[in-house]
Amino acid sequence: MAFSLMAALGIGILAWALAALGLEMFVGFILPLTAFLVFLGGMIWRVTTWARVPVPFSIATTAGQQKSLPWIKPSHIDSPSTKIGVAARMGLEVLLFRSLFRNTAAQTINDEGGPKLVYWSSKWLWVFSLLFHYCFLMVFIRHFRFFLEPVPFFITWAEDLDGLMQIGVPRLYMSGAILLVAALFLLLRRLRDPKLRYISLPADYFPLFLVIGVALSGIMMRYWFKTDIASVKELIMGLVTLSPSIPEGVRGSVGGMFYTHIALVSALLIYLPFSKLAHSAGLLFSPTRNMPTNTREVRHVNPWNPPKKYRTYAEYEDDFRDAMAEAGLPLEKEPAPGLHEETAQ
Amino acid sequence: MAKLPSIQELVQSSLPRFPGATLEGTGWMRTKPAFTPGSYCYPAKLDTMKGLGMPNPHEWAPENEDWNLPQGWEKIIYKALEDRLKKYRSLQLFMDICVRCGACADKCHFFLGTGDPKNMPVLRAELLRSVYRKDFTLAGKLLGKVGGSRALDPEIIKEWFAYFYQCTECRRCSLFCPYGIDTAEITMIARELLHEVGLGIHWIMDPVSNCNRTGNHLGIQPHAFKEIVEFLCEDIEAVTGINITPPFNEKGHEVLFITPSGDVFAEPGIFTFMGYLMLFHEIGLDYTLSTYASEGGNFGLFTSSEMMKKINAKMYAEAERLGSKWILGGECGHMWRVIHQYMDTMNGPTPKHMTTPVSPITGTVFSHAASTKMVHIAEFTADLIKHDKLNLKPERNDDKIVTFHDSCNPARAMGLLEEPREVLRAVCNNFVEMPENTIREQTFCCGSGSGLNTDEIMELRMRAGLPRGNALRYVQQKNGVNTMACICAIDRATLPPLADYWAPGVTVTGLHELVANALVMKGEMPRTMDLRQEDLEYPDDVPEDDDNGDAQGEE
Repeated sequence: MAFSLMAALGIGILAWALAALGLEMFVGFILPLTAFLVFLGGMIWRVTTWARVPVPFSIATTAGQQKSLPWIKPSHIDSPSTKIGVAARMGLEVLLFRSLFRNTAAQTINDEGGPKLVYWSSKWLWVFSLLFHYCFLMVFIRHFRFFLEPVPFFITWAEDLDGLMQIGVPRLYMSGAILLVAALFLLLRRLRDPKLRYISLPADYFPLFLVIGVALSGIMMRYWFKTDIASVKELIMGLVTLSPSIPEGVRGSVGGMFYTHIALVSALLIYLPFSKLAHSAGLLFSPTRNMPTNTREVRHVNPWNPPKKYRTYAEYEDDFRDAMAEAGLPLEKEPAPGLHEETAQ
Repeated sequence: MAKLPSIQELVQSSLPRFPGATLEGTGWMRTKPAFTPGSYCYPAKLDTMKGLGMPNPHEWAPENEDWNLPQGWEKIIYKALEDRLKKYRSLQLFMDICVRCGACADKCHFFLGTGDPKNMPVLRAELLRSVYRKDFTLAGKLLGKVGGSRALDPEIIKEWFAYFYQCTECRRCSLFCPYGIDTAEITMIARELLHEVGLGIHWIMDPVSNCNRTGNHLGIQPHAFKEIVEFLCEDIEAVTGINITPPFNEKGHEVLFITPSGDVFAEPGIFTFMGYLMLFHEIGLDYTLSTYASEGGNFGLFTSSEMMKKINAKMYAEAERLGSKWILGGECGHMWRVIHQYMDTMNGPTPKHMTTPVSPITGTVFSHAASTKMVHIAEFTADLIKHDKLNLKPERNDDKIVTFHDSCNPARAMGLLEEPREVLRAVCNNFVEMPENTIREQTFCCGSGSGLNTDEIMELRMRAGLPRGNALRYVQQKNGVNTMACICAIDRATLPPLADYWAPGVTVTGLHELVANALVMKGEMPRTMDLRQEDLEYPDDVPEDDDNGDAQGEE
């Protein structure tokens, strides 16, 4: 964990320092552009890696009643036998984290009947994961203000919705704050639950620290280290149009927090395709979720299906013919006396 | 066999422990499994492995320091893993996208029963994933342990053997995983890797070998198979007065019936088998049994995809030879995973003469089995009952308060949930569900599936059976449940010891044992005994002027 924290902190501090040393062009232009390209290339590489591996068997996990007899109501979504059902199942997984919603927590208790294992509904992970991802999406959408000129109406809508609570000046965007809280929850959960702590790798802490860093630096820029928004927009439009410029308002250490923010975001982009964060795209490929359950109705084809090799009936009968004849079992070939006595034991 | 701990002791020692915990999350890499008697399954016999043509067969023992791994074993594992990463999107994806959120951790019966963190599905997968990272990802190569990767060494092979044989491929974790990561896929492939370096277990490889040669796991030869079934028919006659002579290996029948061989061999499975025969006789089903395809179960599923295919191929081959139009399958768990999700892909399309199954009694078209042409007997019987084709006296089962154990595979690989319940509600008056987190798609494994139903690991099995045993005990205490029905041959073998330990007094039955107990057959004598030849608590009325009681039965 310490390693991950140092790495994330290091990236942030380094960015600040480099900008202060006059390397704004590197941190503000070359790095994010590279990060974007690495992200794009990385995701394409990642997704094609998965896509080109065949799916030999249709192995859906059925989470409800199958479609069988006409009067038994099948579970169209949890045990989908049609493409529409599969689409609905995947939709619920992607948009509402359906499987995580099932989560329970097992606990051993003692009562008059002796020791018992009980299962509690456990939705916190689901709640905070949902908040985490949707707030991230909202923050992402809001940031299009910097990438688009004129600013499209839906971004203004998103901002209005996000700032609905009208707290403080500038108005508090809930998404940023909740994103930070949710990320902290996910971090604390890893540290507090001994099961989680036991399996949490630096690769699990690092992206959390990155996200926390991104959210924190973003919030700081908005409320404390007030960064000149016009300059930021100018820089980013320069980035988008590939005409680099470092406006006055974000030169050197004045824009320190901004460069920290940019560097952490860039790190996240670069890290994403090559890490567990690729789960975002991976979920779409998961054969236990994206396959129909009609496997007795429609044959699934395995592209590398090997040829059949099995012990044939003829070989079997050759082995047991005499005993089978004696037991009165029907035969393909009548026994030749004296040939198969070893099987008659 | 070592003495089992008390329930109190067992539950106490099932609380999670986290040896060597560090903030880097790699502390587990320093812990090693202990191989002591009772903690591991016996290795497969050298002859068995050779006979099946398994790679690198050799003598070895789990308790030895040196497992005699073949020359260049690292290379073998590397190649085998690389090969499978190119063949299975599931594997490649599941190696890449786990975020270690831990939602799966306390869903696994092995973790709940042992408290061993390497039995958390996430960590079980990390046992393989850590090696994958080292060899197949840039970050793993560059960052080493910080990146959660580690280089292969013989201790890792031992660890795989320990923990991939403490997973029953029940897929409960895959239900709760937000990305649908299925540990069964990982366990199946890890076991394939172990088989590549000659490591297998006796309880799986022996049935596989038998099944290949004689047609069934138990190695029952054709004449003996017929004899055993005839014995069971004598028992049926003793209970019902009806003589049944089932056809064997006969051509030209409409239906080929295949069930796990456990059903003809051992109690309580034999009572279920008797139930099938009585039902078929009563409805006049045109069927045959086969001694060549006398095994529905398929321990190839627990060995390798090739072995699964090899053993399963006999079903269609036999249907083709005998000219059967469709196949009816008996009560079995993993058999049905193979049939529902693998059979058609591996060994289909079906022989040309086979047709979409239609119930000859009700006319129901089983269009959901149009391609495999294989129907589950719970579906078949539920349909008979719905169409009122069976004369049932559920009162004969009135001494029983019944609960139903969903087997993992029919529940999570098929979604066969309501069919057996419809049958149960029709054949017994007292049916109680276990708590909702332990049934249907959330069902818990018996603790001994995927070839782990071997006696040398009995304590481990009772531990893995903790969640199921706990739920059973709950309904026993609360509702007076005294019978647990199931639709799986492995369950019928493994649940009786589980019930004896966790909820003594509960009897385990197959679904069709209860059906046959309630089934009023044409021309039967008044029933005074159940299929186990125990006196019925609520026997049929015997007519006063009884001349042998032949005419009794129809109401």
